Amino acid sequence: MVALNKKPFRWHIPILLLPAFLIYSTIMVLPLFGTLQLSFFNLENGKVIFVGLQNFYYVLTDEFFSVRFWNALGNNAYFFMIHMLVQNPLGVLIAAMLSSKKIRAVAFYRTAIFIPAILSFVIVGFVWKLILSPLWGIAPDLLDLIGLKSLFTAWLGKEAYALTTISLVSVWQYLGIPMMLIYAALLSIPEEVIEAAECDGITGSSLFFKIKLPLILPSIGIISILTFVGNFNAFDLIYSMQGALAGPDFSTDILGTLLYRTFFGFQLQLGDHYIGSALASVMFFIILVVVTAYLFIVQNRLRRYQF
Amino acid sequence: MKKFLLTTVAAATLATFATSAFAEDVTITIESWRAEDLSIWQDQIIPVFEKTNPGIKVKFTPTKSTEYNASLNARLDSGTAGDMITCRPFDNALAQYNKGQLASLNGLDGLKNFDDVAKSAWTTDDGKNIFCVPMASVIHGFIYNKDAFKELGIEVPNTREEFFAALDKIKADGSYTPLAMGTNDQWEAATMGYYNIAPNYHKGEEGRLALLAGDAKLTDAEWTAPFAELTKWKAYLGDNFEAQTYGDSQNLFTLGRAAIYPAGSWEISGFNKNADFEMGAFKPPVAKAGDECYISDHTDIALGMNPASKNPEAVKTFLNWVGSADFATLYANASPGFFSLSNHKVTMEDALAADFVSWRSDCKSSIRSSAQILTRGTPNLDTAIWGASVSALKGNKTPEVLGAELQKGLDSWFKPKM
Repeated sequence: MVALNKKPFRWHIPILLLPAFLIYSTIMVLPLFGTLQLSFFNLENGKVIFVGLQNFYYVLTDEFFSVRFWNALGNNAYFFMIHMLVQNPLGVLIAAMLSSKKIRAVAFYRTAIFIPAILSFVIVGFVWKLILSPLWGIAPDLLDLIGLKSLFTAWLGKEAYALTTISLVSVWQYLGIPMMLIYAALLSIPEEVIEAAECDGITGSSLFFKIKLPLILPSIGIISILTFVGNFNAFDLIYSMQGALAGPDFSTDILGTLLYRTFFGFQLQLGDHYIGSALASVMFFIILVVVTAYLFIVQNRLRRYQF
Repeated sequence: MKKFLLTTVAAATLATFATSAFAEDVTITIESWRAEDLSIWQDQIIPVFEKTNPGIKVKFTPTKSTEYNASLNARLDSGTAGDMITCRPFDNALAQYNKGQLASLNGLDGLKNFDDVAKSAWTTDDGKNIFCVPMASVIHGFIYNKDAFKELGIEVPNTREEFFAALDKIKADGSYTPLAMGTNDQWEAATMGYYNIAPNYHKGEEGRLALLAGDAKLTDAEWTAPFAELTKWKAYLGDNFEAQTYGDSQNLFTLGRAAIYPAGSWEISGFNKNADFEMGAFKPPVAKAGDECYISDHTDIALGMNPASKNPEAVKTFLNWVGSADFATLYANASPGFFSLSNHKVTMEDALAADFVSWRSDCKSSIRSSAQILTRGTPNLDTAIWGASVSALKGNKTPEVLGAELQKGLDSWFKPKM
């Protein structure tokens, strides 16, 4: 009888976990450690030798390379800032509007705004490049129609505007994601809470700012961190719009494009796997530090409401 | 059932023997960055070779130009690259040779038909080993719209003064964009701008070798002057040229909306197909009438062998054929604008291409100044010149500042007098 009380080992759990574990470790974890390992080595006289932190020192301080690195990091921070200032507030605003009961055709707007997020970045990059082209684009013509042709300039070709332009294209593309997440969070707020607030005389915009916003703050936090990780890993849109050199004059160069040029080489410049790995590791650490700091410091302090 | 199985196995075995006995056909593949040439190779070049060399099948498998080096190196490292490798000139191919990814071709018969200058781009520094069979060079110059020139009554310019006078006239008229060039893709500013006009300033090979020997610096007047000329071009480029891509410039010219296109001869076949007006070409203008002229006649493309190839004999047969007069004529005429480097006499059928190649006898040829040795280190001089040419075209920096920046980058790793 005693034996019957003891639960048998549930073999199906490890067995069902095994495929995911194997795939995840072979294509994610192992390469990550491989990259970290590679970043401590370099070629010297045709032999691969252990160089300690020298590659990292080169990335951060070399007279020429570090200029590119800090430039890319600064651009990346700016890229992230535009997303935080435009994409996420706009996402919250649109979600708030969609969750209001006064708006018709919610499903249509929701779908229309979300569609760019499922388009390929190649299509998005190419379409926007055509729209903004000074020769064949429709942007100059459209501005002409409302008499503002003088405002048009080569937005993708001038150092002062290129990064902002690309950031806004990226915002346009990914706006649907924060919108959807916030929309879901807003819908999950129970009716009773809203009704209680209305009974207390809180309506309209103060209902949103005093009741709904605090309730969706954890979602906004998660969206911010997703935006951060996405932006610091970004590469595709810039590569498809401005090429690997991230012109003009490296003004749209972010860590992803710099990594591509360093690791794989570009045109006559040969790729350097060792410095490239060091750069990839630096990117990994930047993301790791910020995400950890956020999770431990900010996310824990956000109040959670149980319904 | 058992019997049936046995028969099948026997038949299959027989079939295997049969195929191995009759199918001596080996297939060899060519890696290339000339995706544009796919039809030329498939329809014109390869069939001729396969006809005279039965048993060898050739496949042309190109990659996009800007991704060629990165993806080819990755495939060479992993051992999945093709049998024949199209070689970039100088350091890129040299690095592959030094890594054992290109085979030495010393003693290959076909190489006898090339002189040392043609082979220099694919020879080791000590001159002992050669690793690619030279295929073609490209020449820089300007292609112009003959109809537009006739309409505006402009003569083909020979000197810089005439060149800018012509540009002024086109601009004043207003119906054509004087120069079809943008800076969006960066390389065209350097390749078709700087490398195009610079040889007339630094006296071609003379200046280039002085730079390699350390006797000249990029801050010297003859090296910064091309940037000054590029800055003068700015006034003649299209509106918002900053966002004009390479493809935009090509279309602008072939649609007849621009008068002059700073060009490389590789444009010829595409332009012939797309433009429905008559085109002519003129070489980079010189300072004064009667000055010696220099052109950029850049050894650009060659073919080497992957040492990991399983069919080295077939590859060698093909490479020998690439060195033959047959191939030289076939290739030069199939892709006008890629001029043969061999000693064979090649008659050009295309008028525009014949224009370009005729400059070889009037002017001294030179290769791009940064191609040899100077792209070996980081920062890479070639890429740096791209950025500098864009800055010059936009007028962001003075030629002196650009020269100083380039020289500083070069000094950080290039020590000529050692």
